[in-house]
Amino acid sequence: MSDHVKEPMFSAKNLKLFTTPLGRDNPITVQVLGICSALAVTVKLKPALVMALSVTIVTAVSNLVIAAMRKYIPDRIRIIVQLVVIATMVILVDQFLKAYAFDVSKQLSVFVGLIITNCILMGRLEAFAMANKPWPSFIDGLGNGAGYGIILVIVAFIRELLGSGTVYGYPVMQKLGIYSTGYENNGMLILPPMALIIVGCIIWYQRSKNPDLIEKK
Amino acid sequence: MNSLRKRIDKIKPHFMEGGKLSKLRSVFEGFESFLFVPDKVTFKGSHIRDSIDLKRTMTVVIIALLPALLFGAYNTGLQHFRSIGIDSGQLQNFWFGFLKILPLVIVSYGVGLGIEFIAAQIRGHEINEGFLVSGLLIPLIMPIDIPLWMLGLATAFAVILGKEIFGGTGMNIFNPALLARAFLFFSYPAWMTGDKVWIEGLTKGQNIVDGFSGATPLSLLAQGESAKLPSVMEMFIGTIPGSIGETSTIAILIGALILIATGIGSWEIIVSTFAGGLTMGLLMNLVAVNDYMRIPAYYHFVMGGFAFGAVFMATDPVSGAQTETGKWIYGFMIGVLSILIRVLNPAYPEGVMLAILLMNVFAPLIDYYVVQSNINRRLKRAKIALNKQSR
Repeated sequence: MSDHVKEPMFSAKNLKLFTTPLGRDNPITVQVLGICSALAVTVKLKPALVMALSVTIVTAVSNLVIAAMRKYIPDRIRIIVQLVVIATMVILVDQFLKAYAFDVSKQLSVFVGLIITNCILMGRLEAFAMANKPWPSFIDGLGNGAGYGIILVIVAFIRELLGSGTVYGYPVMQKLGIYSTGYENNGMLILPPMALIIVGCIIWYQRSKNPDLIEKK
Repeated sequence: MNSLRKRIDKIKPHFMEGGKLSKLRSVFEGFESFLFVPDKVTFKGSHIRDSIDLKRTMTVVIIALLPALLFGAYNTGLQHFRSIGIDSGQLQNFWFGFLKILPLVIVSYGVGLGIEFIAAQIRGHEINEGFLVSGLLIPLIMPIDIPLWMLGLATAFAVILGKEIFGGTGMNIFNPALLARAFLFFSYPAWMTGDKVWIEGLTKGQNIVDGFSGATPLSLLAQGESAKLPSVMEMFIGTIPGSIGETSTIAILIGALILIATGIGSWEIIVSTFAGGLTMGLLMNLVAVNDYMRIPAYYHFVMGGFAFGAVFMATDPVSGAQTETGKWIYGFMIGVLSILIRVLNPAYPEGVMLAILLMNVFAPLIDYYVVQSNINRRLKRAKIALNKQSR
């Protein structure tokens, strides 16, 4: 069909689409998107992990679908079309979780449904999928979902370990016998503001390692 | 004294640029200016260096805090011996409390100054006296039984995330001491609220006399037991359970006099905070649907940390409002919010901490509008004058 040489599926360019959102262009710490859910679902590691997976799947598949039909979407109603695709994906994921992971789905409550309004999704569709081919778009969605997921897992790990004394439900602090020294779980880490502070610290660390990320005054 | 000076002059070149210890320059300067008046003069322009530098300002505040600290030591002992039913002498009370407070002060200063020293080295800043007051304020607003590691953690949190992150002394948005308390309040509520934490030994399951309650006046009121409230005189003098430095209104007032007389603390903020508290207290009296709302409005001044917050926390020149009008608005709102939180929200028996932290956030905004309205007023005046001329 086309004249130019076909690009290999895992070319360096495509791999980069996956790796940049993990670090240098992270949706949470650099683009500062999807913060609300990052604060809400990171009290424990398990829901955070499930949330990260759900967002990754939804972003990747919606990117794929929108990229495939990007040439047929009228510009004026593109947001509506994008939303329909995202909403369909989210409902599928929600139903899947309800069927196979009911207790986690209950913990995540409205936040699965609220993936629809997650800024990362609309951001990727608008910024990438509308202008690129399906396969790179799919990789881009995977990368951004994973970048979001990494931050979620880091925050949830810190919050669960210090706030509840467990890791993925396993009572680490108790097994180590730390409580007998007078140590106590920190109640503030259970509260959402502390998640914001942890995300802030990650941003602080990242920018001190990559000074070019610091915004110009 | 002279030999000390000579000694310092002798080792000074090592710390100056090019010296082998130049990395520790700010540490050296910190100690030098701690011992002697710094010999710095301005080089350019017509700037005058006021002799009221940061060090002297801080020292005055420390002096103003001493009455509250000393009374806090006495009261700690008094409450302790009262709870176990021993009749103790005044000196014994004081000494007991002093020994209990000392570790808190040491931990607070140790952790805070340690972090400040490290941060100054990293940034290449001078070490300044910014933590001198916070380091004493932090133990004074803690319950006596607070575990030392919690205190250290809270101090570290307040200094790193409340101060150094914003650029160090003079750049912080929040009052660091209150931030330390807020951190503990939300992190370890069991150690910061309740009837047991205010008196030494109660959390360790010490035997207490029958009928003795360690509840503060505020928690008595929050529990609806206003009949058990101590007399106004007791609350004014401060022989009641509470955080270490805040029980005695009279000791705090002595501090307030020192701050106002030296011009270090803003009397506008102190007065307007009390005015705000009184206004809200009277409003509550008008509503008067429960016992808490019916207590006389001036009771609020002598209970809990209201006076301490108004005198030592709200007047913090960095995190408070700077403009004259702004100070009145800022203080008044602190007073109003404190009483509002106290009376209407049973989850937070003491509202002063949250009220001041909240108004810290609004202080720059208040200042901005005060300055803007002044600019607009003067612009208007200039325009009228211009119109008259052109006519």
